Amino acid sequence: MFRSALQIHQPVYFVHLVDKEETERLSSPQPQTTSPDLALVTGLKSGDQGAMAQLYDRYSSVVYAVALRVLGDTGAAEDVLQEVFLQLWRKPSAFDAARGSLASWLAVITRNRAIDSLRKRRPETDIEDVVLSVAPDLAGEADRNRAAEKVRGALGAMSAPQRSALEMAYWQGMSHTEIADKTGEPLGTIKTRIRSGLIALRKAFQT
Amino acid sequence: MTEHEQYADDLALYALDALHGEDRVRLDAHLAACSACRLELEQLRGDAALLALSTTGPHPPQRARKRLLDAIAKDQESRGPKIVPTTPRRSWWGVLGWAATAAVIVFALSLWKENAALKSSLSAANSESARNARELEDLRRIAAPIIAPEAQHITLVSTKTPPQPQGKAFYLRNRNSLVFLANNMPSLPPQKAYELWLIPTTGAPIPAGLFKPDAHGSASIVNPPLPAGVAAKSFAITVENESGSPVPTSPILMMGAGE
Repeated sequence: MFRSALQIHQPVYFVHLVDKEETERLSSPQPQTTSPDLALVTGLKSGDQGAMAQLYDRYSSVVYAVALRVLGDTGAAEDVLQEVFLQLWRKPSAFDAARGSLASWLAVITRNRAIDSLRKRRPETDIEDVVLSVAPDLAGEADRNRAAEKVRGALGAMSAPQRSALEMAYWQGMSHTEIADKTGEPLGTIKTRIRSGLIALRKAFQT
Repeated sequence: MTEHEQYADDLALYALDALHGEDRVRLDAHLAACSACRLELEQLRGDAALLALSTTGPHPPQRARKRLLDAIAKDQESRGPKIVPTTPRRSWWGVLGWAATAAVIVFALSLWKENAALKSSLSAANSESARNARELEDLRRIAAPIIAPEAQHITLVSTKTPPQPQGKAFYLRNRNSLVFLANNMPSLPPQKAYELWLIPTTGAPIPAGLFKPDAHGSASIVNPPLPAGVAAKSFAITVENESGSPVPTSPILMMGAGE
């Protein structure tokens, strides 16, 4: 363990002073999680098992669909479903309601856990560190269906190599190195395709 | 190419949880100091969520619901009523027995993290959580005389030496845990706070928490958000605005390297 005793020090300036390009945190408006979700998540904090049951009924199909898409195995998908909801039960405060919908957050957590399971690796990101910002309101099933249509449209508009790179990275958890090896494309090209693919999805909701 | 552009593609990989090793550590360090990149990361994660939500499939089997509800009932039974965590009271942190206090807290935090990871494994949940609960109870008993609000804390110093400001940082890099305790700190002007900095072996100082001393000049920081796995060359303290600063803007007042 590193132990550091701090004592009075002659004033010395750091070499790294203010980075003029550093911008203040932008406070773009975020859709608030619908109050029923928020109330249920608050209920989890006091151990309300009924609140957990309601959240499960509301979002288990989302979580299961994502896990099944990644893993392709119903038993393994069910295990991830259990793990994700147990984590929500144990750490409800990990979800930041100010930054987007619970459905989106659960979808990201589920996809990451499913990829960890697929790749047989230990989770590297704690759920408390998964902060995300989603513009469209995705609380209701109808909202999510409309959003899914838009995403499928945006994917259809991408070039085949870009769509393929994004899907290999997202649904198979392949690294950019693995994708580059498989496709024979340069590493930088793969990285850029993944990033621009994600941004294309964002833009689909800005028009 | 600006620094932000340099990290743009890696941010997308990070958002997909697909950036590992040194690249991840380097980006973590940058994210700790760059609010624009943190915002972009949040948005890229949001974009990724849209991709996840575009998939549809069958509903989970009915047994999965019962399995979950049984598991949470059992979980609650084994852990007792949930208690909403509260911020530790600064006044708890006296100056006597710093090393013992910090060691106990760092160990407890580490154990808590391990406990959380272990509990995520369904197969091992019963035996492991019971063992860890016993260990946590032992730790609470050990720490009680140090952190109990009613405990007396007495500092013994040389009668000829006026008390000097002191800080002690305990940092576990591999567990990303930091406990910092300060004593005899001068009071601050309004709207100002002390800011602790982790000085990495390479790169810019990383914010490691803000603090204001209490009436006795004592303060503490427990487990501030830090990028994972950063090697610390030293720690330092500056005075900043009370909202904090991503980079030091005033002279170092106190500094110490690892022992």
